[in-house]
Formats: sequence, C-alpha cells, structure tokens
Amino acid sequence: MGEVNLSQVLDQNRSFVDRVIAESGQDIRQCYQCAKCSGGCPGSTAMDYPPNQIIRMLMLGMKDKVLKSQTIWACMGCNTCTTRCIRNIEVASVMDTLRQEAVKAGYTDKAASVISFNESFLWTVRNFGRLFEAGMAMMNNTKTGNFMKDMQFGLPLMLKGKASMFPHRIKGRRELKNIFEKTCGGGK
Amino acid sequence: MTKYAFYPGCSLESGGIEYGMSSQAVAEALGIDFLEVPDWNCCGASSAHMTDHLLSLALPARIMALAETLPVTEIIAPCAACHARFAAVEYELGRDEELKQKVNSLLERPYTGKVKLRYFIDVFSNPETLKEIENKVKKSLKGLKVACYYGCLFVKPPKIMKYIDDPENPQSMDNIIRALGAEPVPWPYKTECCGASLGVTSEDQCTKLCNDILRIARDSGADCIAAACPLCQANLDMRQVTVEKKYGISYRMPIPFFTQLIGLALGLNPVSLGFKKLFVDPAGMLKKVGVA
Repeated sequence: MGEVNLSQVLDQNRSFVDRVIAESGQDIRQCYQCAKCSGGCPGSTAMDYPPNQIIRMLMLGMKDKVLKSQTIWACMGCNTCTTRCIRNIEVASVMDTLRQEAVKAGYTDKAASVISFNESFLWTVRNFGRLFEAGMAMMNNTKTGNFMKDMQFGLPLMLKGKASMFPHRIKGRRELKNIFEKTCGGGK
Repeated sequence: MTKYAFYPGCSLESGGIEYGMSSQAVAEALGIDFLEVPDWNCCGASSAHMTDHLLSLALPARIMALAETLPVTEIIAPCAACHARFAAVEYELGRDEELKQKVNSLLERPYTGKVKLRYFIDVFSNPETLKEIENKVKKSLKGLKVACYYGCLFVKPPKIMKYIDDPENPQSMDNIIRALGAEPVPWPYKTECCGASLGVTSEDQCTKLCNDILRIARDSGADCIAAACPLCQANLDMRQVTVEKKYGISYRMPIPFFTQLIGLALGLNPVSLGFKKLFVDPAGMLKKVGVA
C-alpha cells in the first residue's frame, strides 16, 4: 500500500467519512475487526481488499483507496456480511453508499461495465416503467462497444417466450420520470 | 378465500415466466386469490440501490402504495430481489418519518404502510396451507431428491427480513418439499449467493459461484435444485452452458421453481406449469416421479 500519513489523511477526509456514516446509516466506528464479514463473503476472491479492510480504511479516512478499490464493485449485495456482523453494521449498505460516492466523485475506471449496465437498466425503467431486457441489452452493448455480448442467451430466451421484442409501457410514466428527475437527476 | 396483492415484477413476465405461471396455477388449485397490483412499475432492483438511495426507495414505495387500493392486507413478491426492495421500504420508512415524507413527496399516491409484506414461500409453508397441500397431493413426488435453494435475498439480513426462516439454514421450502412426498437433501449452500447481480458485468465471478452451487448440490445427491428467486433460477439454469465451457463439468441439473414442484404434486399439467420453459431438460426428473 505504500506509506500513508494517517492522521493527516483522516483530517482531510473527515467530512467524507461522516457523509458515508450518515448516508448509509451505519456507524462503522463500532467495527472491532473480527473479519467475519470477509470470512463469509462470496465475492472476496474478486476483491483487492476484503470487506473488513475496507471498513478499517474508511475509519482511517482513506477516501481515494476505498473509492478506487475493486472491492466495492465486486460486492454483489447478498447481505451475508450484514447478517453475520456481530457489531450490527450493515456492511452491504456501506458498500451501496461507497458505490454511489465513487460515481459522484468520478472514480469509475474499475466499474465502467457495472455503471453502463445500471444506466441502461434504469433508462428503460424511466422511459417505460418496467424493465425492457432487449432494449437494455442493446443499449448496454452499444455503450460498452461489445456488440455480441450475451447474444448466446438472446435467441434461446426469445424461442422460449422469455424475452419480448417490445417494451410494456405503464400508465404512470410521468410519475416515474418525475421520481427519476428529483432523485438522480433523470438518470443518464 | 385468502387474498394477497400480487407483484409479478419484470422477471415473472420474462426470464422467470414459469414462476408466474406455476404460482398462479398452484394458488388457484389451493383457493388462494392473487390480485395483481394495478399499473405496477419495476422495483429498480440493484441498479437503483447502487445509484441513488432515495430512488431505490421511491420505486418500490409507489408499488406498495398502489397495492393499498386493493382489498388486501398483505402483498407478496415471488421474486426475492423485488421482495428485498419492499422489505427495505418497510424497514427504512417505518423507522424514519422524515424519510417517509420525503419519499411520499415524490409519489402521486402516498405510501402509508397499511399493506404489509408477506414472505412468499410462507404463503404455502404456513401450517394451514401446508396441511391443505398435503391433503390435495394427487401425485406424490416420492423418490425425488431436492436441494432447496433459497438464495440470499429472501432471508438476509434477518433484522430487515424479520420473518420466520433462519438466514443460514432456512426450513420453509424444505417443509413444502416434504409435504409433496419428495426428500429435501441436507446441503450447505441453501443461501449462498449465485452472483446473478454480476452476471452481465463480471461473468467469471458469477460462473464460479454457479459452479460451486451446482457441484455441492450434485454431491449432496440432489436430482434437482428448487429455486425461489427468478434471478437465481435463470442464472443457475442458463449458465450451466458457461460452467461446462469453463470447468468442463456437465451437470444437466434441472432448476425448477418450488411452485412448479407443488403443481406437479397437485396433479397439474407440467406444460401449464411451464416445465417446457426450463433450459436444462427436466425430462429425467419428471420420469423419476412418473410424469412423462
């Protein structure tokens, strides 16, 4: 990890740590590093820092390292860590907050594919009210430049009557657009 | 007649269409009424809660508010991922009046919380309905070994899910499978994550988790894995092709929904239960219980 002046870092990033605590509703300072969260984490093999280390790094104010980590994007939100935490910290909720913070701060290198998937998914929901898989897949493949991605699933899904060529439009689309506009600025 | 507000969610109309078909057919056979929430929207799923906290609450809160127009006291969501979003609404808005008002300011119809979330498996595993199922079994599934797979989102975390099932070793589906005459096998991966939420974006990680679950189910002697979540089901069913390519193991493990198995035992037609919609051919499994 190299050399880090911890007290200086913490002073600089105190507002960030406070915001993560407030947004997630989780008092991470309660953590005493038992590492139960990491022991049971099904995503840990794809992470650069196990979840307990992310919590410790947060406590020390290491904003950049945390937001640039692979860990926050390898987390699948299965809540095993939250279930097992002996200090009652919802670790998975902290990961949610960190992903939102990473996007806001522009730390998106390691997450381009997740962000493009989420944007494509939410774009269809904002416009039609429900998920439109074919539209989402096309949009996502265009964004990522990977045009044939998951095409091996597309045709079999259609043949089984499991994917529609056309979106279903709900009546309350204006209400939904309003929700998107007032929360995440309309979604991209 | 027992009535519930029914939220199909996007999956039950697409990838998990057989979950919707079999749930409706089984409910009808048991005299349970599922009333579809009018003009429902997508719950936002993990894409919303990775993006914006308020958005992730407002989308499911709109659905729960619309359910309040129906003559019901409870809402069910067969999809575990949708269920988890409703549970988050109940938990977070239930303890924070200010947040509730903030969410309601975004909705045309306010969410009051009067329609409560019911755990979908419990619609069938509660003692009265379980007895009813036992009495109505026409075709016992004797001899069939089933790995009951609950996935993560129905039971975790317990302080938000606050239901009857243990988060590490749940029993409700096992009890249903036993009532059908089949045998639920003991296995340790009942609530291990299958990685479906990263299926599109991190295929390697997801394929590994699927392989682990399939391997342990097979080694535990299961003939099939019964699923309760359309995302887990689609992932475990369709991804066996990818698992075979990466790990060279061909499991051919059928992944029916638990509602399809209830329907079989009640003597309903396998086609109307959506067995033809499964990717891994369930013919061997159906033959084993004498349904061809």
